[in-house]
Amino acid sequence: MKPVIEVRDVVNRFGSQTVHDGVSFDVFPGEIFGIVGGSGTGKSVLLRTILGLRQPTSGTVRVEGVDITRADDDQLRAVKRRYGVAFQNGALFSSLTVGENIALPVAEAMDLDEESLAALVGLRLRMVGLPLETAMKYPAQLSGGMVKRTAVARALALDPALVFLDEPTAGLDPIAAEAFDALVLYLRDTLHLTVVMVTHDLDTLARTCDRVAVLVDGKVIVDTLDGIVANEHPWIRQYFHGARGRAAWPQVEQGHGA
Amino acid sequence: MGFQATLSDARDRLRIAGDCRMTDAPALDATLRALREARPASVVIDLTRAGELDIGPSWLLHRAIADLRGRGTSIGFEGPPPEHFAYLDGFTAVSAAPAPAAPRTWPMRWLVDFGMRMEERWRSWYEALDFGGRVLVTAATRWTSLRRLRLPSVVRHIHETGVQAIPIVAVIAFLISVISAYIGAQQLRPFGADIFTVDLVAIGVLRELGVLLTAIMVAGRSGSAYAAELGVMKLNNEVDALESMGMNPYEVLVLPRVLALVIAMPLLTVVADAMGLAGGAVLTGYLLDLPWEQFVARLDGAIGPTTFWAGLVKAPVFGFLIALTGTMRGLQVRDSSRELGRLTTVAVVQSIFLVILADAAFAIIFLEIDF
Repeated sequence: MKPVIEVRDVVNRFGSQTVHDGVSFDVFPGEIFGIVGGSGTGKSVLLRTILGLRQPTSGTVRVEGVDITRADDDQLRAVKRRYGVAFQNGALFSSLTVGENIALPVAEAMDLDEESLAALVGLRLRMVGLPLETAMKYPAQLSGGMVKRTAVARALALDPALVFLDEPTAGLDPIAAEAFDALVLYLRDTLHLTVVMVTHDLDTLARTCDRVAVLVDGKVIVDTLDGIVANEHPWIRQYFHGARGRAAWPQVEQGHGA
Repeated sequence: MGFQATLSDARDRLRIAGDCRMTDAPALDATLRALREARPASVVIDLTRAGELDIGPSWLLHRAIADLRGRGTSIGFEGPPPEHFAYLDGFTAVSAAPAPAAPRTWPMRWLVDFGMRMEERWRSWYEALDFGGRVLVTAATRWTSLRRLRLPSVVRHIHETGVQAIPIVAVIAFLISVISAYIGAQQLRPFGADIFTVDLVAIGVLRELGVLLTAIMVAGRSGSAYAAELGVMKLNNEVDALESMGMNPYEVLVLPRVLALVIAMPLLTVVADAMGLAGGAVLTGYLLDLPWEQFVARLDGAIGPTTFWAGLVKAPVFGFLIALTGTMRGLQVRDSSRELGRLTTVAVVQSIFLVILADAAFAIIFLEIDF
């Protein structure tokens, strides 16, 4: 199978500080791919590099076959139309209502009349489980969980083949987080969506991710969750076998083992 | 396979072929619109040659079908329904989005609008008074201790609003004084009174131009900076964070900025006065062949003992008004980046307006007390 994302030997350096020292991995279509790492290991930098928002010091990143480190503006724009991103703190446009935020990418990409646009906004709100009245509200009037869901609704606005989620369940209550996991799984199963998520939520990792990339020592270790859990690297052991990790693993046995 | 949606001439058969991606939504939407307008008694939707439908287009189709059914059209399918329909069926139970309430209209609406605007104006003045009062009270109660006056912060703001503004204030004062001297010389020469150009420049710069130009530059530079700084802090919840730590934002954020401008404005005005006089001297030297010594002698005769002070005494007042407007508008920022832009603009416009208003008040007072 041809990978959707190919990351090859990516090096990211800030001055004398090397964040990524030769990171390589593939993400395949229809996969839910988790990225994990301690604070300061460059998860966000990696995400920005894959999104084409940051030029790596060296190495290549291919998204759907296009090398985005060398692509020209038109190619880059075409690639960006194919993916949706939900940023960590939402990055909603504060001067637009929720409805306008979700309609923006659609209105920008195609010519649809107001009524159909509103219908599509309604669809995205329902998909992420927000009441329709939310469309009239401004981002500042939303709770943290609603901001996250709105961000995902906006990321889904163009029915992308590839969705990036940065800490999608952070700050959500357990019920909302569970609904979120179900939504991600549903989207993957029916839309054959590829999902790349940066997350620290061990439950979400266990329930949704097919494979996990762990950033340690400037490198990346990619494996299935079971493989990662069994890894002997001290940091990985601490991360996955701390008190919180042990609480999440029974589900691993059920979800992945069976 | 490319997407195609075709409607039979009799409007009773909709054929969908190929994959329908989100980018095909406008084409599908147009066809569905035509179908809904035709309001046929029955429609057959032919999906035998349809590929995958994205969720977005599926929803448009799903909605159109629900709408047609609601108006008594019977719908038949050929081929399997789109795969997302089962998922979308769950959504139709939820009521449609409420239409935004139309603004109420009544006769004499303009009067209501006018009244509301006047009330808003009034409230804005009231808020300004309230804000100014709080700042003065804070200043009065923190006066006792140097630590509470936050001198490092005051010094930083004097550096940013005063020291760093010296080059631009100097250049502007020099140029404006050259321009006014040039016009003065031209107008006075026919009367043989061109020596009075020196009086014109000296009195003009010292009493009005120096301080007013400085105030306008500072309002543009620092009034906007104050509003934007505090506005972003407000949007970031930094002001809430300060208050939650038991710190008073008036003491920590507003007072140092106000003090800084009250101190920096007079100093900048002295710079502007000096550069203005230098500009006058240079121009009269060239244009009127007036030697330097004679310029100084004439200057000595032109200005009275109070001329310089009449300009300088206004400077701290202007500084106070600019800082107050900037910080107040900054702290009023709420919720969105657009508010930040709007209030920064308001800060600059209002502080310049207030400065000119205060200047007019000073002119009347000086006239009355013969200063």
